[in-house]
Amino acid sequence: MRVAVQAEPFDFGAEAAAFTRDLPGAGAVVTFTGLVRDLSGDLAAMQIEHYPGMTERAIAAIAGEAMTRWSLVDCLVIHRHGDLAPGETIMMVATASAHRGDAFAAAEFLMDYLKSRAPFWKKEITTSGAEWVAAKDADEDALKRW
Amino acid sequence: MIDVLYFAWVRERIGLPRERIETRAATVNDLVAELIAREDRYAAAFADTSSLRVALDQELAEFDAPLAGVREVAFFPPMTGG
Repeated sequence: MRVAVQAEPFDFGAEAAAFTRDLPGAGAVVTFTGLVRDLSGDLAAMQIEHYPGMTERAIAAIAGEAMTRWSLVDCLVIHRHGDLAPGETIMMVATASAHRGDAFAAAEFLMDYLKSRAPFWKKEITTSGAEWVAAKDADEDALKRW
Repeated sequence: MIDVLYFAWVRERIGLPRERIETRAATVNDLVAELIAREDRYAAAFADTSSLRVALDQELAEFDAPLAGVREVAFFPPMTGG
């Protein structure tokens, strides 16, 4: 299990390849990556603020829970903070299990919890101003299925 | 003494990221009431605590949680990670 909270960009392909090496007993790897989306067409940057210390603890707790709830061989979470440009990679998760069901479910669980339980806040900087991204009720509701 | 941290628009409304506060507040709600009484910028930030979250020593908590033994309190809006 590895958790990284960093400002630096990362190479999704290289991380996925490194994760896939040395996974005894694994027959399935699921990866997800999140990108900075420019919905309005005038996004200059996405600023991601976080709570140093709590962020790492919260993600480690979420990843640890995923490891115990599903039969995972390993899991990986990388999440960036700081100023990101449209199209940049914000974060990724990877999960490995013997069969695909556990890896898929654990990856969805990780994403649902990272959305609303890891202390990150997004602010969109556009040509017309800056606005904090509001949490969606749907994100909170998504936790109920777990 | 307790460290109080603010994030995202809570930090912007109050105008600082963290401060040390001398308080005898028994619960988070008591601390919020003390802060609101200080200055308008705190009142603006804490106008609706149902739209806020609180963490005690870096663990999510409720606003009626006791502060005994707590060293770090953080206030922030609902999180938007992922």
